[in-house]
Amino acid sequence: MTDDAQELIGDYKYGFHDPENSTIRFDKGLTEQVVRDISELKNEPEWMTDIRVKSYRHFVERVMPEWGNCSLLNMIDFENVTYFLRSSDKTEKSWDDVPDDIKNTFDRLGIPDAEQKWLGGVTAQYESEAVYHSIREDLEEQGVIFLDMDSGLKQYPEIVKKYFGTVIPHSDNKFSALNTAVWSGGSFLYIPKGVHVEMPVQAYFRINAKNMGQFERTLIIADEGSSVHYVEGCTAPSYSTDSLHSAVVELIAMDGAKIRYSTVQNWSSNVYNLVTKRAVAHRNATVEWVDGNIGSKLTMKYPSVLLKGEGAHAEVISVAYAGKGQHQDTGAKVHHLASNTTSNILSKSISKDGGRSSYRGLLQVTPKSTGCRSKVVCDALILDSDSRSDTYPTMEIGNSTSDLEHEASVSKVSSDQLFYLMSRGFSEEEAMGLIVNGFFEPFTRELPMEYAVELNKLLELEMEGSIG
Amino acid sequence: MADEILRIENLHVSVEGTPIINGLSLTINRGEIHAIMGRNGAGKSTLANVVMGHPAYEVTSGSIFFKGQPLEELEVFERARAGMFLSFQYPAAIPGVQVGTFLKKSVASVRENPPKGRAFRKELNAAMEQLSMDKSFLSRYVNDGFSGGEKKRLEILQMLLLQPHLALLDETDSGLDIDALRIVAQGINEVAENSACLIITHYQRLLDLVKPDYVHAMIDGVIVRTGGPELALELEDKGYDWLEVSA
Repeated sequence: MTDDAQELIGDYKYGFHDPENSTIRFDKGLTEQVVRDISELKNEPEWMTDIRVKSYRHFVERVMPEWGNCSLLNMIDFENVTYFLRSSDKTEKSWDDVPDDIKNTFDRLGIPDAEQKWLGGVTAQYESEAVYHSIREDLEEQGVIFLDMDSGLKQYPEIVKKYFGTVIPHSDNKFSALNTAVWSGGSFLYIPKGVHVEMPVQAYFRINAKNMGQFERTLIIADEGSSVHYVEGCTAPSYSTDSLHSAVVELIAMDGAKIRYSTVQNWSSNVYNLVTKRAVAHRNATVEWVDGNIGSKLTMKYPSVLLKGEGAHAEVISVAYAGKGQHQDTGAKVHHLASNTTSNILSKSISKDGGRSSYRGLLQVTPKSTGCRSKVVCDALILDSDSRSDTYPTMEIGNSTSDLEHEASVSKVSSDQLFYLMSRGFSEEEAMGLIVNGFFEPFTRELPMEYAVELNKLLELEMEGSIG
Repeated sequence: MADEILRIENLHVSVEGTPIINGLSLTINRGEIHAIMGRNGAGKSTLANVVMGHPAYEVTSGSIFFKGQPLEELEVFERARAGMFLSFQYPAAIPGVQVGTFLKKSVASVRENPPKGRAFRKELNAAMEQLSMDKSFLSRYVNDGFSGGEKKRLEILQMLLLQPHLALLDETDSGLDIDALRIVAQGINEVAENSACLIITHYQRLLDLVKPDYVHAMIDGVIVRTGGPELALELEDKGYDWLEVSA
């Protein structure tokens, strides 16, 4: 094993943390006053304050979900979370102006480098707010709006007011209520009619402080006939106490538009990752969720698509890797609300070292939506006998003219595969890494190459030092 | 002077407590081709697998040496890196791993001075051409959905690229039509020139194309007779019963 790899086998490559130099830090715990203070601090219009307060009240009344990993969920101590932390007074447009300690973090994560090479725009969020933001000039000239959500609300209040919370109402679930009450940061992206954004735009989310709660809010609107690929990455330091990441992401694909939203979530294993992601696809629009979950303590995330217009298409490709002490409860939901809509769901999960992965899916075809087609494939790979995989698929099919397929498989790495690869010069760990990368290949091939390479490296590292 | 590659001394092997190989000895020098023939269940494949280090096979007594070094100290991948190669009877499929990537990584971990970049591609192209393999092979997943013949060709392709000192060929001829057999045999002959070769087979037909220096008849986990190529013909003709009597 190389020294490099050895060094990284502290389990988690991004587990470093930098000194915390906050300019504003709220006391831990959540009250209506905290919610009002956040809104006031951000100088928000009254309607947003009202939404926040209404959401807070709903959050307090709403019981915890009674499904999923309840024992882990009930361990969340909402009173021990910092709900707002400002680490820089403004969002910079040049990396040079970002405070050194924060810039240092993003340098180590390779973000400025990636931006120069292959991105159309970047938002970097540190704790509660964006510290850096940029977009290529040519995109701006075509009318593309790419801002952090706070700036989006300031500069385009009418668009935000029109769409905010329309895909995911605050009352959707306890965590969407929490997010709507205390949201901060996230991305606001608008693509004008007919504009195709060729290079992916990226948002990077970093939690640095202990017991931090990060509640970013993202709204993406692709106007008629436009297309965009949005990529998000997430990491956090490894602390012995828990952090909470609870985002809400709303996508709106107008007629004939295409949105691809790719995530590589690699939170440290002390982070609760409870995220609501949902899209609306209008006539002949396409929405693709490409969702990779490698890190976190508990992830509960089920990217959804409402196929509202005839001919709309949804694609959800997800992978989950559940290692020691991790539970990845992930899946996909597609609602066929119009005729001749189509969807593909591919879910791949790996459980290792006692980790648990669950697929939870919903496929709905309403009685009036005729001629729909859908295919769901769930594959689970279990690497040892301590680990676990479950599948909870739900199908509600309202008519007989629709065509649905569902396939599920659970497999183990065979000794024949290991022996074969080892006889070709691969160590047991390398062999495991190859098998795992191969298993995830249908997912990684959908990622921009730089991400795919990174993900493969990550998985290879996960395989190292852990085979006895 | 003979350059000894493989030496097996009084080897006993069990699988889950059942003895399969019962006192087998064999020495193979560089440049020699040995063929082991025997009925199903005689222990031929066990021999190939145990030499390569399959964990399911237990060496209960005896020793195996590769270039003078006792093999029990070496893990499977270390054996491969030392220059041992097994062409599998049933190669495992590795879904999602492309043949091209796999070959490149394998060559990089096994060969001492592995060719890189353009040099590797050149070597790869030449070997594939020799085996009449289409370029499209490289983007397929390793053995995934391959026909029997395609799997065997991929095994031989790996052998050509890995340039082993010892090649163990387990039933490489099964599932090949005559044209494919000819192509595969040509590959084996090329590698055999500079290495030690152990061919495990049921049939004479591969041995028409790859001339063995020695033929061993195996019954119940021991070599009961050793001869030249003529022994293979005799076995094909008479079967094994006559040896059983004399054993």
